[in-house]
Amino acid sequence: MSVTQPSSATLPIQAQPAAMAAAGSTGRDRRQTANRRRNRTLTIVTGTVLVAFAALFLYPFGWLISASLKPRGEVFDNALFPKTLQLDNYTKVWDELPLLHWLGNSIVIALLAAGFVAISSSIVAFGFAYFKFPGRTVLFGLVLATMMLPGAVTLVPQYLIWKNIGLLGTNVPLWGMNLFGSAFYIFLQRQFFLGLPRELFEAARVDGASYFGLFRRIALPLSIPSFIIVFLFEFQASWNNLQASLIYLNAGSPNDFTVPLGIAYAMTKYSPTNGGHGDYQYVMVASLLVTIPMLLLFGFGQRYFIEGVATQGRKG
Amino acid sequence: MTLSPPVPNESDVAAPKSSAGGGRQRPTKKRLTKFNRREALAGYLFISPWIVGFLVFTLGAMIYSLVISFNYYNLAKNTMRPAGLDNYAALFDDPKVALSLRNTLFYAVMAVPLEICFALFLALLLNWVGRGAGAFRTLYYLPKMTPAVATASVFFLLLNGNSGAINQGLGLIGIEGPQWLVDPAWVKPSVVLMTLWGVSGSMVIFLAALKNDPRELCEVASLDGAGRVRQFFSITVPMISSAIFFNTIVLTIAAMQVFDQAYLLFWRHQTNASPDSSLFYGVYLFQQAFRQFDFGLASAMAWLLFVIIMFITLIQVKFGNRLVYYEGDR
Repeated sequence: MSVTQPSSATLPIQAQPAAMAAAGSTGRDRRQTANRRRNRTLTIVTGTVLVAFAALFLYPFGWLISASLKPRGEVFDNALFPKTLQLDNYTKVWDELPLLHWLGNSIVIALLAAGFVAISSSIVAFGFAYFKFPGRTVLFGLVLATMMLPGAVTLVPQYLIWKNIGLLGTNVPLWGMNLFGSAFYIFLQRQFFLGLPRELFEAARVDGASYFGLFRRIALPLSIPSFIIVFLFEFQASWNNLQASLIYLNAGSPNDFTVPLGIAYAMTKYSPTNGGHGDYQYVMVASLLVTIPMLLLFGFGQRYFIEGVATQGRKG
Repeated sequence: MTLSPPVPNESDVAAPKSSAGGGRQRPTKKRLTKFNRREALAGYLFISPWIVGFLVFTLGAMIYSLVISFNYYNLAKNTMRPAGLDNYAALFDDPKVALSLRNTLFYAVMAVPLEICFALFLALLLNWVGRGAGAFRTLYYLPKMTPAVATASVFFLLLNGNSGAINQGLGLIGIEGPQWLVDPAWVKPSVVLMTLWGVSGSMVIFLAALKNDPRELCEVASLDGAGRVRQFFSITVPMISSAIFFNTIVLTIAAMQVFDQAYLLFWRHQTNASPDSSLFYGVYLFQQAFRQFDFGLASAMAWLLFVIIMFITLIQVKFGNRLVYYEGDR
């Protein structure tokens, strides 16, 4: 990018005036014209680079869609447009794999996980944001500290806890801990509550609102944006949670699998090294179908996702 | 979890509100040292879900894990018998622990700098474009929305050494691509490639940091004759150094715990063409815990990982604090 830079101010622009620039004779105008022309070259270069990267990022999607429409023998031909269009992959896949079960299980679990964690984190965050109590700073420090803990440390004990409660074999371990709030979401919600003017709550107190009333009638409705961020983040996290599914559901029937476990199972089922016939087109259809809900989620809540990720950076 | 905590609060708080309100309006010296008891109680009730969760699923689980790491756990009978330091000794005796740790560190050293550079490059590009970058940001973010299983199932085929699209593409420009998923030397680059495809989370964090980039400062600098490269290293990099720092720490922690990609590409079933090279720490820990049900060793492994991650993070923080420029610090 530094190549075109040094000459910008001294270019003999009059010789070939840029079409978009108004022809001017003062030095200032001249410089602007030069700048604009330089900018246009840069725009073309950056535009090309942007498009190239977009192609790079989108290619696997294109490949996936295309492969999902091919017959078994052509999945690997890498043609972006299928030579033989085999649309009935999309009808057969439902018989091949219990995809409907997987989607249903994952939707239920993700809704429970996201709903519970959004509500509980919000309640806890309000406790930290609004009330003064001894040990508040230390406790909130602990909340943040738990984010540093590798999940591996609590993996085994949590399994044993669920086993001892007698909830192994159910899907409760996949959302149960969300009843107790989650560190990053508590942090995020608290940030939001701290931004609300305190007079709002004082006024409501004078009007006789209870503490819980403050939360339910004022804090919660006003924090809908950050509530949505938490909900969407957790929905996505739950939808993708392979490890928990492996631990808690792998021993059960494939009908009880979640989406990530199901796809992993399908990859193995059709693998030639594992006795399958390489019907990867079904894996592709299934992969595409389980991705679509996430893309829809992003379509509806893009700004919440971006805002949420940016917040992650700000806490550092 | 019908949250009972706040409910009893509702009635008994209503009455003495005037006194509570009065106390708040006059911040006397007494107010600073003494907490409003009713308010404090309500605060505890509000955070009680987290306290319960913390005591049971975090602190309790940590203690439990520590105990298990000094025992042999019999899952069938749900009993433990003391193992002394055996599990920790096994960390050194079992060559696969060291192997998986080496693999994981190697992967992290390769992946994290590449992720940082790539994410930063994309963010700079988008930031520079300004208007119209929104659509591209959306496109670049899509891989992040793709479930890891879907990504893995596609890359599993894209990376196929014989007929995968990546090697066919390389073939077009005269390069004979490697056996990505089979050749021990290319196993980890395969995982890195998959990780890089989903780098847009870090990109968005950089993008947010770049929004604070002071235009005026750059203009002043350019009047002073600073070139773009110079501007970038003297102004932009310091301004976003805290974001670089944050991303480095977070990505390192994530890289040390990598599981999904490695499991999906290599460890779904018994047949694995390169079992040594693709054995990541997270995968081996998972296998020990939930395939071998050797909870003692798995717990010891987890604590070792915890210590290593803390150690790496501390070093990063120590170095970072010297390098990171915090706005408003001076």
